[in-house]
Amino acid sequence: MAGGQERILRGRIRSVQATKKITRAMELIAGSRIVKAQQRVAAAVPYSEKITDVVKHLSAGGAVGNSPFLAGRPDVKTTCYVAITADRGLCGGYNTGVLRATEGEIKADLAAGKNYIVVPVGRKAEGYLRFRGYNLGQGFAGFSDAPAHSNATEIGKYVVDLFLSGQVDKVELVYTRFVSAGNQEVVLRPLVPLERELVAAKTDDHGAADAGGDYEFEPDPESILNSLLPRYVEARIYAALLNAAASEHAFRQRAMKSATDNAEELIKNLSRTMNRARQDSITTEIMEIVGGAEALSSGEDAIVISSVFGMENPFVSSDRV
Amino acid sequence: MSEAPGFRIDVVSPERVVFSGETTQIITRTMGGGEIAFLPGHAAFLGAVTENHTRVWLSDGTIMNLAIHGGFVEVSNNVVTLLSDGAELGNEIDIERARRALERAEEQMRTEHTAEVEASLRRAHARLAAAGGLAGVNAGH
Repeated sequence: MAGGQERILRGRIRSVQATKKITRAMELIAGSRIVKAQQRVAAAVPYSEKITDVVKHLSAGGAVGNSPFLAGRPDVKTTCYVAITADRGLCGGYNTGVLRATEGEIKADLAAGKNYIVVPVGRKAEGYLRFRGYNLGQGFAGFSDAPAHSNATEIGKYVVDLFLSGQVDKVELVYTRFVSAGNQEVVLRPLVPLERELVAAKTDDHGAADAGGDYEFEPDPESILNSLLPRYVEARIYAALLNAAASEHAFRQRAMKSATDNAEELIKNLSRTMNRARQDSITTEIMEIVGGAEALSSGEDAIVISSVFGMENPFVSSDRV
Repeated sequence: MSEAPGFRIDVVSPERVVFSGETTQIITRTMGGGEIAFLPGHAAFLGAVTENHTRVWLSDGTIMNLAIHGGFVEVSNNVVTLLSDGAELGNEIDIERARRALERAEEQMRTEHTAEVEASLRRAHARLAAAGGLAGVNAGH
């Protein structure tokens, strides 16, 4: 009876140990992926810096007239939120953080009598938001681990289309910014129309000697700008995707580390309980034997007991035999 | 600035810096403007680049071939920045694959004549040219 409990505990310990092995493996994998994801974030920086420079130089050349990308609409009726989450769970509060921020923005918009549309990126966002009946646009998923630039291009084309066709008046990105391995934060960043500060650089650059209006353009500045700005938007989305991927791995590593620690704690406690149960059953057994021996020896049948055990019964003094 | 024998080129794609180094001459192709060469001391220039086979003369005299799949070129202060949606080094391109892609694109061209197909044909052409596998393929395009 007592042995039964011990066996149950042994089984539970084994199962927790198996789980611990899995969480440990996931922790190590996430840890190694953080490094790779960080390198990818860093590798994308030159392009986005250079493209920002080019936009600035163009605006310095007087090209930024009335590009629809730069013209903010005075009356913002519909906002498009691009919510970037993971495809998989088991990463702590990573997905909930982004989704909660998105929901908060949506509620604020609804309270102000405005419309919204959400573009879910990652399976978790789509599942969560669709289940709750939010107004969704096209979903993008399947690349949250290691996003490629072509993924950003797809998303970029879609949201730029939404914006230029007038379906939405503003596009904002909701994603988790990777600050450092120990620090990530959910941020809301305006995407389209492009920030004024980009164009405001016009005045700064006019002062600088190296830039200004003395650029040669081929083809004309407007056409360059028209093909440049979608690329700029894509570069911004790509940077956000890479940040999100790095954050996802960091979150997953932390979640799996605490899961491993919890499993260790659980194993320790279960082992203690199991050892106590085993000790108890041994003690009970001895007590039963002793009790039996006592009962028999008082009936002067001690010899039977020693022959049953196949050894000398230590509880029966030999001089009585 | 102008007495410097060479100048710097950075070829940057969204995912990585493809190439960065010293050069004496660069030939690329702008959108609608045809091929354009940059020599040291070139005036500040900003252009949209189409899919093309870009050649870069390195300081040691060798010519580096690149397939550029659209993007922008900026020249300022003796630094050429080639921002590309996709850039490949000629020696990294699989010629057989590029040739098949070109054939596929030409095949598609016969049935439908859209901007997308045309772009993929130009891309395939640029890749094959950069890989040095264009000999034997008709140059009628």
